[in-house]
Amino acid sequence: MSFDIGRVRSDFPILETQMRGKPLTYLDSAASAQKPSAVIDAMSDFYARHYANIHRGVYQLSADATASYEGTRTKVAHFIGAPDEREVVFVRNATEAINLVARTWGEKNVGPGDEIILTQMEHHANIVPWQMLAERRGATILVAEIDETGVLDLDHLKSLFGPRTRLLAFTHVSNALGTVNPVAELISFARDRGVTTLVDGAQAVPHQPVDVTALDTDFYVFSGHKVVGPSGAGVLHGKLPLLEAMPPFLGGGDMIESVSFESTSFAPVPQKFEAGTPDIASVIGLGAAVDYLGAIGMAEIARYEHELLDYATEGLKGVPGLRLIGTAKEKAAVLSFVLDDAHPHDIGTVLGDEGVAIRAGHHCAQPLMKRLGVPATARASLAFYNTHEDIDRLVAALVKTAKLFG
Amino acid sequence: MDDLRELYQATILGHNKKPRNFRVIEDASHEADGHNPLCGDQLTLYAKVDGDGRVADVAFQGSGCAISKASASLMTDFVKGKTCEEIRGDFDRFHELVTSSPGVQAETEGLGKLAVFAGVREYPMRVKCATLAWHALRAALDGEGRAAKTE
Repeated sequence: MSFDIGRVRSDFPILETQMRGKPLTYLDSAASAQKPSAVIDAMSDFYARHYANIHRGVYQLSADATASYEGTRTKVAHFIGAPDEREVVFVRNATEAINLVARTWGEKNVGPGDEIILTQMEHHANIVPWQMLAERRGATILVAEIDETGVLDLDHLKSLFGPRTRLLAFTHVSNALGTVNPVAELISFARDRGVTTLVDGAQAVPHQPVDVTALDTDFYVFSGHKVVGPSGAGVLHGKLPLLEAMPPFLGGGDMIESVSFESTSFAPVPQKFEAGTPDIASVIGLGAAVDYLGAIGMAEIARYEHELLDYATEGLKGVPGLRLIGTAKEKAAVLSFVLDDAHPHDIGTVLGDEGVAIRAGHHCAQPLMKRLGVPATARASLAFYNTHEDIDRLVAALVKTAKLFG
Repeated sequence: MDDLRELYQATILGHNKKPRNFRVIEDASHEADGHNPLCGDQLTLYAKVDGDGRVADVAFQGSGCAISKASASLMTDFVKGKTCEEIRGDFDRFHELVTSSPGVQAETEGLGKLAVFAGVREYPMRVKCATLAWHALRAALDGEGRAAKTE
C-alpha cells in the first residue's frame, strides 16, 4: 500500500481542530503522538460492548476481553520481531519498563563495585532508575560522551567497558536531538563482553521498523502513547531466559500461581510482572495502534518522515539566527534548535499563538543540555501525519518570532 | 496576534534586551537564587537593605526567557527604596494581576509600569516566568538563604 497523506490525516480527528483560532499544527509527537480513530474507536467499543476484567472470569465476556488483551501481546511481539509473545510484558510506559528491570534484574545482578554504562544523551527515564539502583547496591554509573553534533563517541563508550561492567543502557533514538544510535553494533560489542543490554526505544518504535531479534537486545522498552496508542500502556521486551530468571516486580493478584501465608509461588512470565488489573482498554488500544501502523508499514512511515525531515531542515535554514542542535547524519524526525534573540520558552509561546505546537525546555535530558551548553532548546518533532504545509507554518512562525525579538 | 502583542509589549521586549539592574551587588545584605526547573530559567537576586529596613539597592543576574528577564528588570526598578513590608504587598498585587481571570478588567492600581504584565493572564503557562524574580526577592528578604523555586 502506498503512503497516502490525505487519508492518513483524515484518520486523526484532532488534526481538524484549531488552537488559539488557528489550524492545529502539531509538532510535538516526540512528547506524545496523536491518536487515529481506529484507536479511539477500539477503546470506546471495548468499554461500550466488551468490557470485563481479564484472566479470571469464566463467562464469555471475560473470555473475550482476555482474548483481546492477550491478542495484543501477540500483535506487539510480531510488530517488534519478538520470537515469543511471552517476551512481551505490558507496563504503563517506557519509564515503568526501565524501573521494572532496575528493580528486578538490577537488584539480582548488580552489586557493590559493579558498573553500569549510560550515555550523555539519555532521557531522565534512562538515568534516574539506574542511579537509584546504583545507590542501593553500591554500584557506579559511567557515562559515554557525545560530540558537538550529538553523535555518540563510540571509542569512548567502548573504552568504558571493564571486568565489572554489568549493563549497557542507552537510547535507540535521542528524544532531544533525534540522533539514531548504532544499536546492533553496540549490542554486539556488549554481548562479546558478557554485558547485558537495555535499549530505550521510546523514540524509535514510532518512526522506523524495529526488530528486537535482529538487534539482539536483552531488554527493549517503549511507550504505547508515542506509537499513536493510548497513554497507560507500554511495553517491556525481554529475552525469555532473562525474564524467567528475574524476581517479580510488584506483588499481588494475577502474578501468582498459588498463595498461602507460608509461601507464594509466582505465575510464569509475563504474568509474573503484571500484578493487579492492568489498563486493559489501553492495551487493547495499543493493539489497534499496532494494527494501524502495520497496515501503513513502518518502512513507508520512515521514508515519508525522512523526506519531511529533509524539507524541514532546509526550511529552518531560512530563519535568521536559528541554530540546529543535533545534526547527526543518522537522524529521526526531530528538530531541536535555538534562536539568537529568543528564549525557547518565548518561541514556544509565539508559535503556540500561530497554532504551532512545539516543545520548549530541557526535554527531560538535563545532562545533555549541560553537555551542549544550552539551558534549553525548542523542539519540533514530526510524525507521519505531518505535512509540508505544517513545516511551512513552522518556518513562517519562526521568522515572525525572530523579527519580534530581534 | 492581539493577545501576543499584549504579552510581548514594547516595554517587555525592551527590558528583555536591555535589562536594568542586571549586575551583582558585591556587598548585598540579602541574596537568593530563583530557578524554574520547567524551562531552565535561573537567576540570582541581590538586595541591600539599609538601617531603616528599606531596600536601598536591588539587582539580579541570570538567564531566562523574555518574560522572566523583563519581570526581574522592571521589578528591581519598582521596589528600590521601598520597605520589605511594602514589597510584600506589591508581590501580592502583582501575583493577583498575572493570575486573575483574563475576562475581567485588570486591577493595576499601585503597580505602575508593572501593569504591562497583565497580558500574562492569557498565558497561564507563563505565570511562573513572570513571578520568578518576585519569588527570589521574597526568599532573599525573608533571609531563608535557600533557592526559590516556582515549582
